Amino acid sequence: MSKTVDIKVHHVTRVEGHGNIRVRAKDGAIEKLEWQVPEAPRFFEAMVRGRKYEDIQTIVSRICGICSVTHSLAAIKAIERAMDTPVTDQTDRLRILAHYGEQLESHILHVGYLVAPDLLGQKSVVPVASSHPEVVQTVITLHRLGNTMMEVLTGRKTHPVRLVPGGFSMLPSAKELRALKQELVDSVPKLTALAEVIASLAGGIPSFTRETEYVALVNEPHYPFYHGQVGSTDISELASVQDFEDIVNEYVIPQSTAKWAKWHREAYMVGSLARFNLNAEFLAPLAKQTAAMLGLEKGCYNPYMNSVVQVVESVQVVERSIELIDEILTVGLRVERPDVKIRAGVGAAAVEAPRGILFHRYEFDDKGECVSANMTIPTNQNHGNIQKDFEALVPTIIDRPQDEIRQVMEMLVRAYDPCISCSTHYLDVEFV
Amino acid sequence: MTKPRVAIFDLACCEGCQLQIVNMEDDLLNLLTVIDPVEWREAMSDQSTIYDVAIIEGSITRQADEIKVMEIRQRATYVVALGACATMGGVNKLKNNFAIHDVKKTVYGEAANMPHLDTFTVKALNEVIEVDFEVHGCPIDADELVHVVKCLLSGQTPSAPTHPVCVECKMAENCCRYEYDELCLGPLTRAGCDARCPANGFWCFGCRGFLPDANFTAAREMAAEHGKSLEDLESKLALFGSK
Repeated sequence: MSKTVDIKVHHVTRVEGHGNIRVRAKDGAIEKLEWQVPEAPRFFEAMVRGRKYEDIQTIVSRICGICSVTHSLAAIKAIERAMDTPVTDQTDRLRILAHYGEQLESHILHVGYLVAPDLLGQKSVVPVASSHPEVVQTVITLHRLGNTMMEVLTGRKTHPVRLVPGGFSMLPSAKELRALKQELVDSVPKLTALAEVIASLAGGIPSFTRETEYVALVNEPHYPFYHGQVGSTDISELASVQDFEDIVNEYVIPQSTAKWAKWHREAYMVGSLARFNLNAEFLAPLAKQTAAMLGLEKGCYNPYMNSVVQVVESVQVVERSIELIDEILTVGLRVERPDVKIRAGVGAAAVEAPRGILFHRYEFDDKGECVSANMTIPTNQNHGNIQKDFEALVPTIIDRPQDEIRQVMEMLVRAYDPCISCSTHYLDVEFV
Repeated sequence: MTKPRVAIFDLACCEGCQLQIVNMEDDLLNLLTVIDPVEWREAMSDQSTIYDVAIIEGSITRQADEIKVMEIRQRATYVVALGACATMGGVNKLKNNFAIHDVKKTVYGEAANMPHLDTFTVKALNEVIEVDFEVHGCPIDADELVHVVKCLLSGQTPSAPTHPVCVECKMAENCCRYEYDELCLGPLTRAGCDARCPANGFWCFGCRGFLPDANFTAAREMAAEHGKSLEDLESKLALFGSK
């Protein structure tokens, strides 16, 4: 009996941005298998030319609503490098705290609102709110906490206001930080409860594995999101952020709307699983315990587990945030005016977005106007790896019913937590 | 209107305005008791071609988008433009300050001439279709969207403030950004944000759009009085005010 598989998923749902899946197979022989990205192009690298250094983070924050703190921080760090502007320990700590808020908000959004419906057999979080109200309440509380952190630190939940080159335009008060700490402490049991829910649903996670190259910031003995050099599981030494173009090796291919990236192999993976595979031993105690409870060990090659590692990282950022607030309050908040001396220069920076490592580079003239810019987005770095996963995964499931194949493939895309609006490089293609 | 069917669509944008809908948290669950969401790709797998209200986020950057929004316009009784990218083009319109071939070459280098890399001039929603209601800002404030939904449900016409950000900034007792030797677009920009940026120690950069009767001459004089260059003022005006 002849069996034809013909899958055209136009715009995968419950991901940020637009992506398509295309599979055509006859009698188990795969004729076409593609991960496609038709997101509208936005051209930020071209748009920022001629803009003042002080307006850059305001513009590039708008690359992505879900990673707006990360984009702002990457830009600000690169500007400070270009203009040789040091920042204080206080600025560093407050930025990291804001950045932890974004990790928490984004991870909980992804695990709770976008992935959990798959594991509970629902099409969205709306029916889950009726079938599992306590789970949804936990997700809401934790998601709101991530937002509160960004609001207290940056003045807004999305598109930070206070993050500027040289420091902060305004500081939180000690009282606000103490209240935030209390909320963080109170959230720990809820995080544990969420981890237990995910552990109980782990049977629904496909058991597919494919070892690849994992790339993330490394900064021993920390589990870094903000500082560090670039590590890879394929090499023992670290690479400099300043030479990031030699790491990402972006290239354009006709079948995709996005530039793809490769380093030591045909493709590599960035994101929570990459960070975990490079830095797991440096997790804080409760995060380590959560990883063990969820059956995670360094050297995990199942890309679907990226969402599970996000739960571990949510615990990590809450644990570290509590310590950070203590450190900030012990030293005492000081009023500091950002002070940038405008000069011509070029600088690059890397920061971990919730969905993987993000690179920005800017060049400025002596008036502080941007001459050129380059950005490499985490999701761009993952596209090639998603395609390679498809090529390894689909032949093993091609005998299953078409709907099931589609579902397993959609879940794989979702596991990468793609942020397709981070679309500086994305092209406009009409697909068949 | 009883329990309207609502569809949410996104064009070229950061999806940060949709995120403000998610950020309503419990209030979103309440909102879902009075509206019936039939399509919202970012959050739901359901899809539909039948809806009463279409909420559209993002700018139009290609022909396919124009066709899509015209189809949406035909199907929907009401079209709501959500956020700066939809209401006026937002930061996306910075692209329009450059020639298309230059923009493509800057981002794609030698690959820029590949036929599948084409892009067009950025347009706001109302440059292509009739828009019934606008929710301003980058990002939007969810309360303003709720206001629009309430008005729709009760048959009223929602309104946006017609006074500048300076009014709300004064009411919040913020010190004027000009006193910090900064340029600020508060005098020109539509209020409704409670002067969020000045209240956080930062200048207004005009994300809610300039008022229809904004006095640019007075703004230039004010900048000059404070020793600011007109070039720097024009640079700020371009952020959310490019054509």
